[in-house]
Amino acid sequence: MHKLEIQALNKTFNQGTINEKVAIHQLSLNFEEGEFVTVIGGNGAGKSTLLNLIAGVYPADSGKVILDGRDITKMPEHKRACMLGRVFQDPMMGTASDMGIEENLAMAYRRGKKRSLRWGISAQERDKYREKLRSLDLGLEGRLSTRVGLLSGGQRQALTLLMATLQKPNLLLLDEHTAALDPRTAAKVLELSDRIIAKHGLTTMMVTHNMRDAIEHGNRLIMMHEGAIVLDIAGEAKKKLTVEGLIEKFSAVSGQEFANDRALLS
Amino acid sequence: MHISFNSFLAACPGAISQGIIWGIMALGVFVTYKVLDCADLTVDGSICTGGAVSAILITGGMDPMLSLVFATLAGMLCGAVTGLLHTKLNIPAILSGILTQLALYSVNMRIMGRANVTLLGKHVALSLQNIPHAILVSGIIAVFVISVLYWFFGTEVGCAVRATGNNDNMARAQGVNTDNVKMLGLIISNGLVALSGALLAQYQGFSDVQMGRGAIVIGLASVIIGEVILGTHSSFAVRMSSMILGAVIYYIIISLVLQAGLNTNDLKLFSAATVAVALAIPTIKTWALNGKNGRSTHA
Repeated sequence: MHKLEIQALNKTFNQGTINEKVAIHQLSLNFEEGEFVTVIGGNGAGKSTLLNLIAGVYPADSGKVILDGRDITKMPEHKRACMLGRVFQDPMMGTASDMGIEENLAMAYRRGKKRSLRWGISAQERDKYREKLRSLDLGLEGRLSTRVGLLSGGQRQALTLLMATLQKPNLLLLDEHTAALDPRTAAKVLELSDRIIAKHGLTTMMVTHNMRDAIEHGNRLIMMHEGAIVLDIAGEAKKKLTVEGLIEKFSAVSGQEFANDRALLS
Repeated sequence: MHISFNSFLAACPGAISQGIIWGIMALGVFVTYKVLDCADLTVDGSICTGGAVSAILITGGMDPMLSLVFATLAGMLCGAVTGLLHTKLNIPAILSGILTQLALYSVNMRIMGRANVTLLGKHVALSLQNIPHAILVSGIIAVFVISVLYWFFGTEVGCAVRATGNNDNMARAQGVNTDNVKMLGLIISNGLVALSGALLAQYQGFSDVQMGRGAIVIGLASVIIGEVILGTHSSFAVRMSSMILGAVIYYIIISLVLQAGLNTNDLKLFSAATVAVALAIPTIKTWALNGKNGRSTHA
């Protein structure tokens, strides 16, 4: 059994209108347990749409998404959440800014559990959170009740990453989660992602626009173009990849220049 | 246009008791407008539903305190209707509230059987004929409501409500059914609003089908005044108490402008203008800070 199975997935936005856009076309893909897959592609290649279809942000037009043997294609977003850890591109999106650090963690700790009228956070939990925050090495362990809105973008992404993995997810989805950060912070958050993924052996899908990041991280690389997968490189072959080589390969399979300024500049 | 200090002092207790009663309504508005970040206009109807249910039950011989429970339940039902329209039928929140509010006019007429039910001579829990007692009763109920809300918003479910209002993407990613949470928020909010309506009917000695007109504006005014005084970043209990304080201050201001000679018929214009200005303050501040370009940066 594959960890994640995507079968002939289709998604078209604004169907039947002048703005019709085929985002994902007949896409099939399997992930194995413990794979860390980086997904790269030009603007509008369908990277984020694929990730959002797995997360259930919107429904697929046709096809299937099977995670750990469970068909989740029609499952609403909040129900899938118990199986998925997610970090978003926008640092504001993964956390509740008016709530404290510990309250955000407590929300994540209860992901997939029934929420009752018990008090929202217990004393033992606090110790656990302090421990986990210490491992981030950002000095947040002493600021449990600080409002998340007061944290920097990098701190928020690190916290979101911690929240996404507080309950071990079946699949970790990282959606360009360092794109909004300055290069140094981005590197730090990526290093932290690597560390957490390795520690828990998490099956991960990381969407990125940065070719170097896509090459340097993970053990499998997928390139998307016009809603389909055009390159799928794993193992030793991936280790030998270079940015130039990747751009060449892209032109070869798509017959186009790689259209993503951000990817080339970074 | 002369306000005598003595006549102002004389008007104060009345403003306080009325303010506390409306403060409970403001707490309901706080739950939807501030905690859930969803403007709910059901309240203009559900406040009257609360008054109508309480008045009819009291004239039928029920204990006035017990009638408050049923009024609250009726308000919760109103909130549930708006919640269903909004979450299950995907009608925008504002429109859902307006629809329920309009429908409630008929419902409230049905409940009362006529436009106005008097409680003259009936035993009521609080009355403007004994204002110190009314302040005591409404004050105790307000403290009780704030305590219950404080407890609730600290629980797992309450945290999910706050997270949903703050960032519904995050809430869904953490497994929260945000539709159910919005529904719950609307139910709680309108329960409080109806409780306030029931207290108001008993206090003024009658329930009237028009008593809810513009209630949302008074609620918003109280929320805004409360936040100006005690800030948005104080503790949750303080923020909730500030809603009551905001309503009291609103009624003190109202009694002041009435004494200054404002025509009662102009009162709603005055209230609406005040709230409009208060809501516009953040935008006006950015104009002042950025000069002419302020408008374009305020996205």
